[in-house]
Amino acid sequence: MNSEDAANKIIEEFSETADPFKLELLLEYANSLPELPERFAGHEEELEQVTECQSPVFLTTEIDSEGRARIFITAPREAPTTRGFASLLHGALDGQPIAYVLQFSDKFIDALGLTKLVSALRIRGMAGMLARIKRQLKELQ
Amino acid sequence: MSVEFDQNQAFTNYAHPGALVSAEWLQNNLDTAGLVILESNEDILLYEVEHIPGAIKIDWHTELNDQVVRDYLSPKDFAALMSAKGIERTDTVVIYGDKSNWWATYAFWVFKLYGHPDVRILNGGRDLWLAEHRPTTTSKPAINASEYPVINRDDSSIRAFREDVVAHFGKPIIDVRSPEEYTGERTHMPNYPDEGALRGGHIPSAASVPWSKAANADGTFRTRAELDQLYRVEANIEDASEVIAYCRIGERSSHTWFVLKYLIGIPNVRNYDGSWTEWGSLVRAPIARGSDPGLVPNAN
Repeated sequence: MNSEDAANKIIEEFSETADPFKLELLLEYANSLPELPERFAGHEEELEQVTECQSPVFLTTEIDSEGRARIFITAPREAPTTRGFASLLHGALDGQPIAYVLQFSDKFIDALGLTKLVSALRIRGMAGMLARIKRQLKELQ
Repeated sequence: MSVEFDQNQAFTNYAHPGALVSAEWLQNNLDTAGLVILESNEDILLYEVEHIPGAIKIDWHTELNDQVVRDYLSPKDFAALMSAKGIERTDTVVIYGDKSNWWATYAFWVFKLYGHPDVRILNGGRDLWLAEHRPTTTSKPAINASEYPVINRDDSSIRAFREDVVAHFGKPIIDVRSPEEYTGERTHMPNYPDEGALRGGHIPSAASVPWSKAANADGTFRTRAELDQLYRVEANIEDASEVIAYCRIGERSSHTWFVLKYLIGIPNVRNYDGSWTEWGSLVRAPIARGSDPGLVPNAN
């Protein structure tokens, strides 16, 4: 599978979904955000906080033995929009080569067609997460 | 036709008890004709997660705000929005939401800009309803479009613009933000996005009364006696006072506006919705930093 496939599949899924149902699709993503691995339990506050988000969101990244990006994000259940954003980025980027993640374009966010539905202000949180993922991985290299 | 008021004893001491309903009352009135339930949240997906049966979603950002100019809907657009949600001018509208009803009181305030006669807030909002394990659903009610008249928006009695704030100097101004925002240590709420105020601090002479002091941990409003102590005794607000409240973009100050006007009965209270995101970026606008309110500026 090409690296682009995961992101393209998400974009395709959203573009095939009529506007009124896009939010429900985002909620499905929110519900499927993976839990943090056990080893982070109780240490969430040590992860980096995404201050662009409206709720307490923490993320961290790792590079696995094959040189792929591992992305870990946690957000509260009461903040489904933020969880949805986190889950979309996780789906597009987790397990991908570092070089791919570092050049991953913000255009992904626009291509989802969510900005008008959730407002530009809210969607800014996703750009904040993406910028932090890239910065962290750059520092890890 | 107005739906009968909630006669809950807990509300009788408030100045306008009819502006509140309890969860119990609402649960007993879910099917009452002439009652429309609206959910207004900060998080735009919470309604999709679950909501009160029959409730209709209204979004402050994508629906109540104009999408181009920083302003509220035009009279024509407000009428169209009401019509699309099946709301009649004579309906009783009960609004509830997340975050201790910030966005519910914000929506309430916009409804009052348009003079909708009967609007009420669900005490405790979304969180208390869920905490008490009251019924919820994910299904959306079928809506029959209504005929809602085009009403002129009245920006003069409950809304303040920056010019009004300048003309108001010397009268009570309440800054309802967190202490860190008031002192200028930060320009936005802890954990919240920075929405672009270029300077930190507060409007000189404004008293700091964080909105949260008016709410209990479960999201309900504090008692009349507690609210009187907070605003009348500690902040020296009287019935005759003209008050302007502000926060960052006008949502938390809608909560305080509601409390002052409907719960303790101060008739003349306006919400400055431009709030700190406007004032903190205005060229040459006077600003005070630190915990001291600062002197009343010269109003030119």
